[in-house]
Amino acid sequence: MRQTWEMPGGVHPPENKTQSLQYCIGTLPLPERLVIPLDQHTGAPAKLIVSVNDRVLKGQMLAKPSEAVSASVHAPTSGVITAIDDQPVPHPSGMTSRCITLKPDGKDTWSERQKIDNYRDASPAELLEIIRNAGIVGMGGAGFPTAVKLQPRNPIDTLIINATECEPYITADDILIQERPEEIVEGIQILTHILGNPEQVLIGIEDNKPKAFEALEPLLAGTNIELVDFHTRYPSGGEKQLIFILTGKEVPSDGLPADIGIVCQNIGTAHAVFRAVAQGIPLISRITTVVGEALATSRNYELLIGTPISYALQHNGFNESDCARLVMGGPMMGFTLQDPDVPVIKTTNCILAPSHAEAPRQPPAQACIRCGMCAEACPASLLPQQLFWYAQSQNYERLEAHSLFDCIECGACSYVCPSNIPLVQYYRAAKGEIRKLQAEHLKSDRARERFEYQKRRKEKAEAEKAAKREARRKAAEQAKARAASGAETAAPKQAGAADDLIKAAMARAAQRQSKPEEQIERQQRALASAEERVARAQQKLADAEASGTDQQIDQARAGLADTRHRLSEANRKLSELQAAEQSQSITEKINASPKALLEKKIAAITQRMATAEDKIAGTEDPAVKQALRDGLAKQQRKLEEVRQQLAESTDAAPVDKDGAEDAAAQAIARAREKAAAMADMSEEQKLRETVNSLKGRLQKAEQRLADAEQNGSEHIDALRSGAEKLRDKLAEAAAKLEEHS
Amino acid sequence: MIDFFSQTPLLTALLTLGGLTLIFGAILGFASVKFKVEGDPIVEQIDTLLPQTQCGQCGYPGCRPYAEAIANGDQINKCPPGGQTTINALANLLDVEAPTLDEEHGEESDIKTVAYIREDECIGCTKCIQACPVDAILGAAKQMHTVIAGECTGCDLCVEPCPVDCIDMIPVEPDIADWIWQLPASSAERASELNAANIIATDRTSDRDEAA
Repeated sequence: MRQTWEMPGGVHPPENKTQSLQYCIGTLPLPERLVIPLDQHTGAPAKLIVSVNDRVLKGQMLAKPSEAVSASVHAPTSGVITAIDDQPVPHPSGMTSRCITLKPDGKDTWSERQKIDNYRDASPAELLEIIRNAGIVGMGGAGFPTAVKLQPRNPIDTLIINATECEPYITADDILIQERPEEIVEGIQILTHILGNPEQVLIGIEDNKPKAFEALEPLLAGTNIELVDFHTRYPSGGEKQLIFILTGKEVPSDGLPADIGIVCQNIGTAHAVFRAVAQGIPLISRITTVVGEALATSRNYELLIGTPISYALQHNGFNESDCARLVMGGPMMGFTLQDPDVPVIKTTNCILAPSHAEAPRQPPAQACIRCGMCAEACPASLLPQQLFWYAQSQNYERLEAHSLFDCIECGACSYVCPSNIPLVQYYRAAKGEIRKLQAEHLKSDRARERFEYQKRRKEKAEAEKAAKREARRKAAEQAKARAASGAETAAPKQAGAADDLIKAAMARAAQRQSKPEEQIERQQRALASAEERVARAQQKLADAEASGTDQQIDQARAGLADTRHRLSEANRKLSELQAAEQSQSITEKINASPKALLEKKIAAITQRMATAEDKIAGTEDPAVKQALRDGLAKQQRKLEEVRQQLAESTDAAPVDKDGAEDAAAQAIARAREKAAAMADMSEEQKLRETVNSLKGRLQKAEQRLADAEQNGSEHIDALRSGAEKLRDKLAEAAAKLEEHS
Repeated sequence: MIDFFSQTPLLTALLTLGGLTLIFGAILGFASVKFKVEGDPIVEQIDTLLPQTQCGQCGYPGCRPYAEAIANGDQINKCPPGGQTTINALANLLDVEAPTLDEEHGEESDIKTVAYIREDECIGCTKCIQACPVDAILGAAKQMHTVIAGECTGCDLCVEPCPVDCIDMIPVEPDIADWIWQLPASSAERASELNAANIIATDRTSDRDEAA
């Protein structure tokens, strides 16, 4: 006899296990529809791989594991998928979850099954894959995916098979062991093989299941599996409690059994593993105890996953009015079902339909009297009354300090409480609240991170922008400085190039203008051709009037008008040019200094003398020679006179020249100032300014004209035309200004 | 030397104490440089307690600026998303009386909301993206935008800038995955509402036997 340890605390409620053990495992005819939730286990919900109206065969996978901790879902029978939607599921909240609705076709046709005849030939990895694809989860109630649990992070020396089934009413494991012990032993051996043959394999069973014990024991001879029975006490079936009872080792708080080299599996899971590996049957059904005084018969059934619970109840003579409430799971840890139509899922080990007498209404809770019975009953050695106080005051820090999360929610404390305080509900609420706060905290940390990242990003962008602005400002300043210095010395390259272009253009224009004779000639030619064209156009018009249509006449007329216009234009230009030439020569004369005039005279006299000398040399006649010589002498005298005048004028000239240069410099400075002022002005101001200056100039011109008329000056025509032009310009500018304002 | 110390006890005492002062002063000076704490730790603690919605309802541009303001003596009751829970936590941290929420900054709401963009109506103006304090809106100019629901804090700062008014704040529906047990009603409430009992650990066949 192997040594066992005594679990701390625990209670011994009435077992109520005999009612459901009177019959063997039953089966029910196929229900009209099966509702298979995607989330029947701990971890992420399975991911759909079928769609509505698909025909599926028995054992076909409907949804695959979506993540590492997840389990697949299979079709319990052949049929058609009629809906994939949210339906009520067995959950304490009574909420809905995504479900596949399957309408059985009644043929129960199997899909292809992959069996492994000798598991010893298969590698653990292969077997794990089979288990994962078979959708096997812990059958004890928590529903943790088995494949994950069979891949522990530490080496395993002990495998514990949990056949305790300590909760009242439930006999699913008991009857399974009694009826199918060979399959279970085979399943345990598969688990042993997967875990690399741990040193010891223990099956823990309470001593209230003698029949199961007897069925199992003979089969274990010759194996290293040891069947250990111990004193019946609730909740010895808790994982941590069973490990302590069988090995005396405690699983650390926040730890897993694997941390101390132990893996614990439910005996129902071992059976499911056997089916998946040796028979190729995925987890599509389970043994469920249907029990309670509100039923005519209590019995264990092998129910297909997805069978509506109400369907199972109806087959057992369910008396709804007598039922206090419908519970999934045992009376200690189960939860009330709010809808009897929810389906059986992988973790439904018991459907309890107690009568009002069996499950009386909870009497009102009274004040905690600090009796300490809860602390004595607690299998986790916690201080339930302290936890109760802290849960009431929502002091989550203290709750965590008192190891709230080591509470397995077995309900032993509530069971013994003389004040009927629903202690476990306080712990569940507090745990939920703490988890929620942790999740919120995580989310708020994430939000803070994102906010701060955004802030940093924006600051960086702002800094970059400021740097760019600064660089631009500096560049502008430098350019300005360069331009300022360039105006006096060397202009910058670009400006220089532009200047060159302008100069070239001006030079070209000057060249054209510098030969007014040519211009006049050109204009005269243009005038002649225009006259010719007018003549041709008139001819055309005459022809058109003689023979052509209205349109042609119109065209010809327009052409004539056009050519006449051109002719008048050419006329005008020619006269302008002639006037300009005249005025230019006049102004040249006016502007030319006396010195220049004298020099001109000298040049002319010298030229004349030269020609006279040539003539003298060329002629033979002495009389003519004499006459020419007289003329030459005259010219010589004149030249002497002019030279004298020139000498006189050069004495006076420098003063004059300086004054002129000064005036020019002043004018230039004024023009510059004006240009600068103009640059700052708006368009309208500029126009106004132009008008004003034009008015001023016009006044001066009129004044000059009046003077000229009085003196009878020879320039009177030029002055008149200048005044006219100014008047035109002024009118134009005024019109522009008006338009603008 | 020893003779000198024994003959002038007063001077010895003064020298000893002076020496100790210098030594410890040096140690303290070194420690203050070596173990200098960067930033204000109280701001960090306050910031941790704030809900990080970054909604700006307190009048500061984000939770951290408000934390800094609180550290500098501002009122602690300006955070509507955090509600009374946050105020209590702050009061506890700062050791002051917990005031009630200042309604001027908004009302506390139990219902969490998340922004939702009616995508057909979105014109792709990116205004909401610029408004979002946690970069939870995805999109580009002239492209449809959408909210990353998991990152949305429900601050509703994106609603106002939307020129076509296509953003709704929709309440988050309670989900089976985040459902939690509620605290049982207190004994006084339970006396009046007996059928609120939802706990299972009441398999009192023994009681019934006693009654019978």
